[in-house]
Amino acid sequence: MTQAIRNQRKPDVLSSGPVPEDVSIRFDKVYKAFGTKKVLNGLSLDVKRGEALILMGPSGTGKSVTLRHAIGLLTQDSGDVWVEGHDMARITAPELFNLRKRMGYLFQEGALINWMSVADNVALPLVENSDLSPSEVEQRVREKLDLVHLEGVWSEMPSEISGGMKKRVGLARALITEPELILYDEPNAGLDPEISQSINHLIREVSDTLGITSMVITHMVSCVRTVADRVVLLDEGKVIVDAAPDDFLNHDHPRLRRFLGQDPD
Amino acid sequence: MQIFPGFTNFARSLGAQGVLFFQVLARLHHIPKRRAFVSAQLYGAGNKVLHVVLLVSFVMGMVLSLQTGLVLADYGQQDQVGIVVAVTMAREMGPFITAIILSATVGSALAAEIGTMAVSDELSALEVLSVDKISFIVMPRVVALILMAPVLTIFADTMGIVGGGFVARSQLGVSAPLYYDSALESLRQLGGLVAVPKDVYGGLMKSMVFGGVVAIISCAEGLRTRGGALGVGDATRTAVRDSIIAIIIVNYFITWFLYQN
Repeated sequence: MTQAIRNQRKPDVLSSGPVPEDVSIRFDKVYKAFGTKKVLNGLSLDVKRGEALILMGPSGTGKSVTLRHAIGLLTQDSGDVWVEGHDMARITAPELFNLRKRMGYLFQEGALINWMSVADNVALPLVENSDLSPSEVEQRVREKLDLVHLEGVWSEMPSEISGGMKKRVGLARALITEPELILYDEPNAGLDPEISQSINHLIREVSDTLGITSMVITHMVSCVRTVADRVVLLDEGKVIVDAAPDDFLNHDHPRLRRFLGQDPD
Repeated sequence: MQIFPGFTNFARSLGAQGVLFFQVLARLHHIPKRRAFVSAQLYGAGNKVLHVVLLVSFVMGMVLSLQTGLVLADYGQQDQVGIVVAVTMAREMGPFITAIILSATVGSALAAEIGTMAVSDELSALEVLSVDKISFIVMPRVVALILMAPVLTIFADTMGIVGGGFVARSQLGVSAPLYYDSALESLRQLGGLVAVPKDVYGGLMKSMVFGGVVAIISCAEGLRTRGGALGVGDATRTAVRDSIIAIIIVNYFITWFLYQN
């Protein structure tokens, strides 16, 4: 099915028509299944340039799978995924390589390389893909570790720091290339409320000051209040509520009320 | 429904290993950039298995000496035991023992390490960061094992001959000078390819190929890992099994190539 999509697509035109200039990411009737389990079930969603969009929804409803489509780790069975001018079903390996240089991705558990120190992990994208000198790289690493309040873990190994710290190191690594678009997979899960809120402020700050487009998966209402320009509720692989943060939190959709622990019944 | 799922999986493994071999070949020019990783892997591989290679090859030399020495003694030819031990260790047992030990220790560790990276999203993270995982993870490990295997084989050959000498003197009544003179003399036959003893370079060539085979198979299985801890266990088991099968098959063809005449 996926190969058929690759072969049949006309250049730069989605089945839904041309993608507007201000749209950074578009999902159009996207379906994805793993074996017999349907995860994305006709997902349609636009993320505008510079916008901070929050994805909420019950576990297993396709939030992480959605993010992985946006960065090309997964390819849809059918439908269209469009990221920064690229149709992800047709994108070539060099195009994807260059697109990813403009993107950041924070994994759920940080996904740090376990045999490299914290500093080496954060520096990795620059060491591999930039011409910066070692002193410039070191300076950038210090800045980003300071930004996520991790000044003292420079030479620690990932196995020597807590889960929350790993996540913050992962965030520093996602930010180090100063990307135009960042995808956050539960950036504040497992963090204490104080650090969690500081991460929320940080996401908002980079979004505002650098104009970065953000897609954030979270289960936390505090993150919605601090970070979001728009919030989407996914259920069974499709969007069922799409609203501004205040409207979202006061929305009377029964599935949303149940999800927020405010069962209307 | 899958017919012969084991065979299908084996064929997929073989395909992945073949593709990985060519991917590594295409990245050999990255060695200078990855020299620190290659050095770390060299040290890790050598350091982890040297004591095992020394012990096993010493005992294997003792067994070889005893088995062949007792047969030779029936014909009054026990003085020749040094020749048999030296040639067998250099041609066959040294490289083979080293390869099996590398497969069981370093190869299994490679598959488990890369498999764990796969299931904990570390490989996905490298992909997202536009880091070439073949150049970054696989190539240094393959090069390190290709370089380390012959070094370990030299130790294995030496210890095997020493172990055989111990038995020859203590149980077969062959004097040490006679044993070592005949052993060294038997290894002095120069080969056609290079001006070093054929049995020695043949064995070392074998061990380089075995090192590459173990590394490629183990890394390929690690990269294919899916499904958490269970998947890591499966990848490790498959890596060791396939490595041993491949070592035995490749061994035959190299032996045929070197000694057919």
